[in-house]
Amino acid sequence: MKAGTRLKSIVCDTEVMVIRGADVVVECGGAPMAEIRPPAREAIDPARASGTLIGKRYVDAAGTVELLCVKPGQGSLSIGGVALQVKEAKPLPASD
Amino acid sequence: MNLSLLLQMAAEAAPERIGLVCDGRRWTYGALLTAARGAAASIAASGCGHVALLDESSEAAPIALFGAALAGVPYVPLNYRLADLDLAALLERIAPAYLIGDADRIGRLSPEGGHRIWRREEFVSEAQARPDTRAAEDTDAADGIAVQLFTSGTTAAPKAALLRHGNLLSYILGTVEFGSAEEREAALVSVPPYHIAGISALLSSIYSMRRIVLLTAFDPDAWLTLAAAERATHAFLVPTMLGRIIARLDAGAPPDLAALQAIAYGGGRMPAELIERALALFPATGFTNAYGLTETSSTVALLGPEDHRAAYASADPAIRARLGSVGRPLPTVQIEIRDEEGKPLPAGERGEIYVRGEQVCGEYRERSALDPQGWFPTRDAGWLDAEGFLFLAGRADDVIVRGGENISPGEIEDVLMSHPAIADAAAVAVPSTEWGETVGIAVVARPGSAAPSEDELRALIRNRLRSSRVPERIAVLDALPYNEMGKLLRREIRKIFTR
Repeated sequence: MKAGTRLKSIVCDTEVMVIRGADVVVECGGAPMAEIRPPAREAIDPARASGTLIGKRYVDAAGTVELLCVKPGQGSLSIGGVALQVKEAKPLPASD
Repeated sequence: MNLSLLLQMAAEAAPERIGLVCDGRRWTYGALLTAARGAAASIAASGCGHVALLDESSEAAPIALFGAALAGVPYVPLNYRLADLDLAALLERIAPAYLIGDADRIGRLSPEGGHRIWRREEFVSEAQARPDTRAAEDTDAADGIAVQLFTSGTTAAPKAALLRHGNLLSYILGTVEFGSAEEREAALVSVPPYHIAGISALLSSIYSMRRIVLLTAFDPDAWLTLAAAERATHAFLVPTMLGRIIARLDAGAPPDLAALQAIAYGGGRMPAELIERALALFPATGFTNAYGLTETSSTVALLGPEDHRAAYASADPAIRARLGSVGRPLPTVQIEIRDEEGKPLPAGERGEIYVRGEQVCGEYRERSALDPQGWFPTRDAGWLDAEGFLFLAGRADDVIVRGGENISPGEIEDVLMSHPAIADAAAVAVPSTEWGETVGIAVVARPGSAAPSEDELRALIRNRLRSSRVPERIAVLDALPYNEMGKLLRREIRKIFTR
């Protein structure tokens, strides 16, 4: 999972771009994400349907994986069943 | 990674929101993305290896920038102020190019280039009309060249700095929170499109979803009128521009700038008096000093609004002095000061500024300037204070080497500027048979004051610095030579002493 790779949800519209990658499988809505979206949608796991927000960064607890949501959807992100968290933004003043 | 992601996300989040205003025409993020896609199809069909802009600022700049990114072709904005001979050489280096702007001049200077030439309006119409039938996306994995900028080339032929998609995206994603601007916010962009600040302003404004208000070419009255009419909340200025705006305000221009909450500045040395005047004139505005280079995808260090106000209000000379610093490195950037052997120096010692980070390209068409550990030597001289604030001390190439002793022009200039009758000052190397180089100074007297005598100037330097710093040559000028971005042209001053 290289930086710059785009992963697509197979259960909803969610798309993420890998900012920092590791050798793991990312799930959205309970199903593994894929680089190519299959023609038919799988069913979303209702327990993993709190949604993704565009522009938010999602990280694992260890900080080894960071994903940028580039398209929002109904599924929520996890790795190995453990939910990813939104990374807190440190605001910087506009400089250009 | 591909830069076009920034515009795609803004268009995905709010396709109908106004993203750009230029010459009274308003563009939504959706319309900008459609035009960028049309431009990409047009660029791809041309088979050209570069997309170049030879024009003042307009909507054609972001459409060409994102269109080139989508087509996977480097975008090369050119300095239209260059002399014909210099511009012709650059046109030859990028031929055959997809060229937008001054079609007559391009045709005259590069008739054999095989270029595809568009006037601004023709290009914008083509971009809007052309359907993009190419497969979308999937340009992410490659990390090609997004932007190629020619450096000013003061000593040799201009170098072509290469900014990759990954460099520019790292900078934006690391410093800007997506969609963080409120809908009322507007950034007044008045730097030329061929400058790195002109490119980073487009990228960061689109990603924060702050409406871009483009001024086609800087003029202080036009800037004030547009800032009031569009209720600009943010602006980036080079110090010369800020000086000209303040001069208009002092002359009685009464615009409504109540909306202006943030002014960022950079690109040249800010005189202490000017920033203090600006802080007094705009008490409610946050000032940010940004330090960056073309080769670092814009800002690497910044002095934020709280730092400015704290320094301005402080009686402690060390804190007050920070008004003259460029602040601290971005969280995503490392900065080191090194000596001539490349060894890191402790706080307080002057040396060359080295920068490292994902946004740093340090790469030219001809070669990479990065060391094996990824550090980029900026050729800027400077030092860090005890709390990590960075102070600039001129270009490393501007150091005067007198009999083997290194003299920084900045230390002499700081002493000269402390004289109440001196408005501006520069120190340069003058060739000397005895010493190799000696010090020459050029000073400008304050209006209404006579320039101090040569003896007085020499005594001032001798009393405050070592005798090796005492100038051998002295010139009194009406004004120092600056380029349009406020950079002091030291080579022009050196010429005065070698005539």
